Amino acid sequence: MIKKYMLSKREKSAAIDGYIALSPWVVGFLFFYGFPMIMTFYLSFTQWTLVDEAQWIGLENYVRMFTRDPVFVSAAKATGLFVLYSLPIKLILGLLLALLLNLKIPGMDYFRTIFFLPAVISGVAVSLMWIWFLQPDTGVVNTILRYVNIEGPGWFWDVDWALPSIAIMSIWKVGGAAIIYLAGLQNIPAHLYEAAEIDGANKWQQFWKITLPLLTPTLLFQLIIEMIDSFRIFTEAFVITEGGPLNSTYFFLFYFYEEAFNNFNMGYASALATFLLVIIFTSTALVKWWSTKWVYYEN
Amino acid sequence: MKINTIPAKRLLEIERLHLERLSLQKKRKYVRNVFVYFFMIVLSAIFMLPIFWMLSTSLKLSAEIFAFPMEWLPDKAQWENYTTAFSKYPLWQFMGNSAYLVVVSTIGQLISVPLIAYGFARFEFPGKNILFLVMLSTLMIPSHIKYIPLYWAFDKIGLIGTYWPIILPEFFGHPFFIFLMTQYMRSIPKELDEAARLDGANSWQILLRIILPLCKPVLAVIVVFSFLWNWNEFMAPLIFLDDFGEYPISVGLAFFQSRYSVEWNLFMAATLVSIVPILVLYFFAQRHLIGGLSAIGVKG
Repeated sequence: MIKKYMLSKREKSAAIDGYIALSPWVVGFLFFYGFPMIMTFYLSFTQWTLVDEAQWIGLENYVRMFTRDPVFVSAAKATGLFVLYSLPIKLILGLLLALLLNLKIPGMDYFRTIFFLPAVISGVAVSLMWIWFLQPDTGVVNTILRYVNIEGPGWFWDVDWALPSIAIMSIWKVGGAAIIYLAGLQNIPAHLYEAAEIDGANKWQQFWKITLPLLTPTLLFQLIIEMIDSFRIFTEAFVITEGGPLNSTYFFLFYFYEEAFNNFNMGYASALATFLLVIIFTSTALVKWWSTKWVYYEN
Repeated sequence: MKINTIPAKRLLEIERLHLERLSLQKKRKYVRNVFVYFFMIVLSAIFMLPIFWMLSTSLKLSAEIFAFPMEWLPDKAQWENYTTAFSKYPLWQFMGNSAYLVVVSTIGQLISVPLIAYGFARFEFPGKNILFLVMLSTLMIPSHIKYIPLYWAFDKIGLIGTYWPIILPEFFGHPFFIFLMTQYMRSIPKELDEAARLDGANSWQILLRIILPLCKPVLAVIVVFSFLWNWNEFMAPLIFLDDFGEYPISVGLAFFQSRYSVEWNLFMAATLVSIVPILVLYFFAQRHLIGGLSAIGVKG
């Protein structure tokens, strides 16, 4: 009887200590996630310039967005295209680079250091670097192209090339994805390859039958992370193109920023933010649902 | 004992064939390695081109940077471009602001993350698993959804234009760090806690004296990532700060083109200077960076 009482008292005090330990997170969650999400959702049904009272206008913001806002169409198109261009680059080239870096050769660590480096430099510094690197007349790329008698495009300053140029920049940062793939590759037990070798499987078969299936969880993780990241492209538009030329790089988050913090159309900007959140959540859910068809779990 | 019946001559033959095959394999591997090295060297040279071009430009005269066709290297390295950049732009101030944000944010994470992770890793109470799931799912919430309400809230209490809106959230634990720390704490044997508890230690003494000293590897990962993220953070300071002199280096650099006359040799010098702390961090703490990323990539 006494023992039982003491145990439950101890459990009780453990629970209290547990709640105390979690309390900072709970407060942070309520203030920095819960409250802002609810308020943004509410504001998306209002017209508000921050200084006046928010006016309830129902679905008007969404109606405007979907029926008569050409900038919204440009933003959706630019963002969608960017996701479409950059995702395969990051996922496929990242995997190829990881396979290379996984070869057991002395000195591979140095190469790893080099390829991972661009992924740790800030978006602003990278953007400035690439503005200069891709200058149409005096930039490095067009100069090299001129060596082989090709006149390079106008890159960021050409309406057809600005968006692909920003996607090309993500090739340079592909080392970030490669490092995560590499961890996945090194997690594959070596005995599987040994067994396959004894059974006479060549490298090509080993890749398709062992490496790729066992890497699918990492692949899914990367797909989701990089997809969310691509939807949120902002810095490049802010620093390099300012959304131009002709709105071809007017990315969604850039539009949100302009509406909210330059024009102070907080209501409309909240509707934009909510829309982007819904798009990100839906595509994540779709990818997760689709992944049950191709992700291989050992257990 | 069939092996005894093989004549010595035949054995020698087999031995010779075996050696031949081995040396063929070795040769093949050697050829492959040479090929791989060559490919990797060319590829890394291509990858380093933008950085090389930044360095080369930062050492050129103004007259040289628009030379057509362009020149790969300056005639004479103009190191004084760097002193000019420092005197022309408030680089020290920007980097000081960034350093301040990095230090305070990191302290915030180092205080809050172990406490929160301790709660998740060591205590049983109703609702814990749900809270942990909610905590993980906040990793997926894009930060843009928060900016307008937080701007309004911080504006109400007069904190727009101060560092508070950027620093304050850091004192409530980043979900990525909480996740890493919780996983790590779970791997520490519970017997250590029990023994200390029998000696009369309370939960907080156990955390401080026993658990925390064992968590040094994760603390290192937190410091490295917090440094990297806060140094590179762009959108939050862009929104919450309104004075040019308050900007961290990332935001400061972004306004160079609109604020100063365009001098790409000095811009490139400034850009290079801005990434030096990251390069230093990278070369000394690469292990922690890769370790942290791998942990979440493989488990996530």
